[in-house]
Amino acid sequence: MKPAAFDYARPADWPAALALLAGGARPMAGGQSLGPMLNLRLAQPERVADLRHLPGYAGVEVQGEAIRIGAGTTHAAIEDGAVPGRLGAILAGVARRIAYRPVRNRGTIGGSLAHADPAADWVAVLPAFPGHAVALGPYGERRIPLARFVTGVFETALAPGELLRAIELPVLPETARWSHWKFCRKPGEFSKATACLLALPDAPPRLVLAALDTAPLVIEDATGLDPAALVTSISDPWRRRLALTALRRVLEGAA
Amino acid sequence: MTEQGVGASLRRKEDARFLHGRGRYVGDIAPRGLLEVAFLRSPVAHARLTGIGKPEGAEERVFAAADLPEIGPIRANSALPGFRASDQPALATGKLRHVGEPIAACLAASRAEAEDLAAACRLDYEPLPAVADMLTARAPGTPLIHEHWPDNAFLETRRDEDLSDLDAVAAAKVVRRLRTARQSMAPLEGRGVLAEWDPRLEQLILTSSTQMPHVTKTGLAECLGLDEGQVRVIAPDVGGGFGYKGILLPEELVCAALAIRLGRPVRWLEDRLESLTAHANCREHHYIVTAWADAGGRLLGAEVDATVDAGAYSCYPFSACLEAAQIGSIFPGPYTLPRFRYRTVSACTNKPPILPYRGVARTGVCYAMETTLDALARKLGLSAEAVRLANLVPPEAMPYRNLVGKVFDSGDYPEAVRRAVAAVDVPRIRARQAAGECVGFGLSVFCEQGAHGTSVYHGWGIPFVPGYEQAQARFTPDGVLELRTGVHSHGQGLETTLAQVAHEVLGVDPARVRLVHGDTALTPYSTGTWGSRAMVMAGGAVAEACRLLGERAIAIGAALLQAEPGTATLRNGAVQAGEASISLDQIARTWFRHPQNLPRDVDKGGLEVTAGYRPDPDTGTHSYACHAVTVRIETETGLVTIEDYVVVEDGGRLVNPMIVDGQVLGGTAQGIGTALYEEMPFDAEGQPLAGTLADYLLPGATEVPSIRIDHMETPSPWTRFGQKGIGESGAIGPPAAIINAINDALAPLGAEVTDLPATPARLLAAIEAAR
Repeated sequence: MKPAAFDYARPADWPAALALLAGGARPMAGGQSLGPMLNLRLAQPERVADLRHLPGYAGVEVQGEAIRIGAGTTHAAIEDGAVPGRLGAILAGVARRIAYRPVRNRGTIGGSLAHADPAADWVAVLPAFPGHAVALGPYGERRIPLARFVTGVFETALAPGELLRAIELPVLPETARWSHWKFCRKPGEFSKATACLLALPDAPPRLVLAALDTAPLVIEDATGLDPAALVTSISDPWRRRLALTALRRVLEGAA
Repeated sequence: MTEQGVGASLRRKEDARFLHGRGRYVGDIAPRGLLEVAFLRSPVAHARLTGIGKPEGAEERVFAAADLPEIGPIRANSALPGFRASDQPALATGKLRHVGEPIAACLAASRAEAEDLAAACRLDYEPLPAVADMLTARAPGTPLIHEHWPDNAFLETRRDEDLSDLDAVAAAKVVRRLRTARQSMAPLEGRGVLAEWDPRLEQLILTSSTQMPHVTKTGLAECLGLDEGQVRVIAPDVGGGFGYKGILLPEELVCAALAIRLGRPVRWLEDRLESLTAHANCREHHYIVTAWADAGGRLLGAEVDATVDAGAYSCYPFSACLEAAQIGSIFPGPYTLPRFRYRTVSACTNKPPILPYRGVARTGVCYAMETTLDALARKLGLSAEAVRLANLVPPEAMPYRNLVGKVFDSGDYPEAVRRAVAAVDVPRIRARQAAGECVGFGLSVFCEQGAHGTSVYHGWGIPFVPGYEQAQARFTPDGVLELRTGVHSHGQGLETTLAQVAHEVLGVDPARVRLVHGDTALTPYSTGTWGSRAMVMAGGAVAEACRLLGERAIAIGAALLQAEPGTATLRNGAVQAGEASISLDQIARTWFRHPQNLPRDVDKGGLEVTAGYRPDPDTGTHSYACHAVTVRIETETGLVTIEDYVVVEDGGRLVNPMIVDGQVLGGTAQGIGTALYEEMPFDAEGQPLAGTLADYLLPGATEVPSIRIDHMETPSPWTRFGQKGIGESGAIGPPAAIINAINDALAPLGAEVTDLPATPARLLAAIEAAR
């Protein structure tokens, strides 16, 4: 399959990108989801705005107690240690298991999050962190808590005309406990169940259950959680069992 | 054996080209003025087609069946009694019979624009209920797919034998209902075709990703009403065949007709969506197996009721019964089954035609037989090994004719089992099981008939019957040996192995041997590369052509050396008489460039020989193998990990053991796909549900374990070097061995898996059901 014809635009700055978006262009980051959708003609936009050349779109900055990850930072950069410290180690562990290296070389953290595929890795993992998605719109930046960013299947809290600019995450102490589990039969397969748990000192453990037919389920305080009660709404018995296993594994495994 | 002859693990001559990305495939060939084709395909499984609306202004670039009346239907009928004939139109006429069936060809300068045209076409149809389940396809009241038939089946075959006394005498009886999934073959390169009309030669030149160029030529000529001389088929580099590329495609006919009509080159390149959903379907079997055994595990008899979902049409040239009709003859496997009763049905459904895939019916049959034997072993409290050894044809019985007339040429089947079991630490697996680990050990044993010829195929009465295989051997004036074969190499390494054969006979350095193949204008007619036949048939033919060529060279050489005829011999690429010798290069130069020096009685045929070959008897070689697998199961998720994989294989004399290892490894990887991953599901409306490789899972590098291969080498008494066909073998054994290992692991839970692939969901369901 080949895509239907579309115009290709490469904005040189953010105002130009926002203007393209206002004109109905479909933003493209690494193109690892949109590319196949174009080829299969599941998406037929009139115009695609390629964001990859925007200034500051990729890259990681430490700003005091926060780490700002440009939305265009690739999975491969994160895998290779672009994010410092304990947080970087956690994110690198997640990035390493995203699809295959060729996908990671082009795919981006922001593109993946904004695409909001329920089985995607960053969609499943980022809500566990007390951080924000930084949206850029015609009126400037606004911050959306990561736990509320993905609102449904392929749906986000981004308003029309807004772009995902960056992800802001806290610097984590070395004592932060983390556990992440996902089920794929082979690398590259979409996850059939993902869970993760972040326990910061002096804070309740935060847990996410994802790869569901809905937005990820975020539990702000997983203390005393009954995993079985959380999965009753999953109708397929195997998927229910996997979700249960995912929850049990991360509850046992946080280290 | 020399360092480069038969038996040497010579590095592949073709690999420099492939590893440097210099292979040349249909997709690399784009002549000036090329038009690309996209096909408008049926979106529904079953409907009456009432109209096609072409996009305004593009009427001249969209071609439906009515626009191309010169294309006759594809007819692949079998002479087996009761076979129901069907026509497969190249473009749908009147009815739509499966999703993806071609309806119209849309032409444009690029594929994307051609797809735009296809998307802009209007399609009018009246939907009919789809026949999506082979088991209910023949039920009364089911809509007929081919309306002149009494019910939806291509063929039913039977062997009646009364087994009603066995219940009373057997120590154990088991009944199993088993299913293998519909799969889709996945060669790296899909199908592709480039059609051109040469006005000078008045010849159609069809460059196609095919493994059987000559049969494709015959099929094209028949369907297009051309003389065979007006058709030339070229198979360039082909990225994997596996059976899929042995089939004459509607798209080949349409591109050919368009090139003739328009006088411009026309190309269609299959994409993965088309391959998965419209074409490469294979393998879907359902079995009910009943088997009786005595207390020692010796089989007393078996009854098989098998149904194969053959899809909507009969594929050319193998026909719609290539799977089901073989089940009866190969079910007894490598065993001395004393009594046997079967019924097989080739059901017709609204799915793409079932096509031959590496192993053809054997993979399903081996799965049915071997899982049944394990069920008997569990019931009798015997080991899997003991039940195999109680039933395998013993070496002293070779050659052995079984109760359905299959003739096994040679081999020590029990030894393969003993070696495979000895290679595994089975007591340790039993100890781990006793400690509560969910691990299991499983075996499968099978034999593979390959290179079977006229005596086997004439009875099928399908569009082709293999006869004598021919090869040409000739020297060029500089002494390079050119081999020309009608078989095609697309992964088999024939450029290397046939050079090894020539070296064995003539002593010519394999580096100075060129294989010309894949072009009907340049090579002798051949049914092509299929049925694990190339090394036996083309190997035999090349050896014979080289032998005759050598005789002619010896006669010339002896004269040039002024030696008595009869005293000269051919050694190390030179004719020798006493102390004197003359190289084949010099002999070639003399024939072509200094004929004044030739003896007066020289054979005027010169240094060019076409020779034919067929083993006698031609009932086929039987390679055989035992696969022994250890698995670990995660009972929380149903995930299966293959811990260990052993293959003990006997391919007779191995022409190139390294290449045989490659064949075994590749086939086993595909068999692992059949066992654990690959499944093309359809919904009740006949819609295929896996349209990308994210949905249709193939095993990758991380899913295929390191496979330990052990070779036995029992020569076939009937072939030129004792070689046997081995190409499909690896893909036959894995599902049986892996599922037997899984069921061994699940036995303490009382659970058993019967349906392929053994996905985590199926495993967990089996475990749940046993609770």
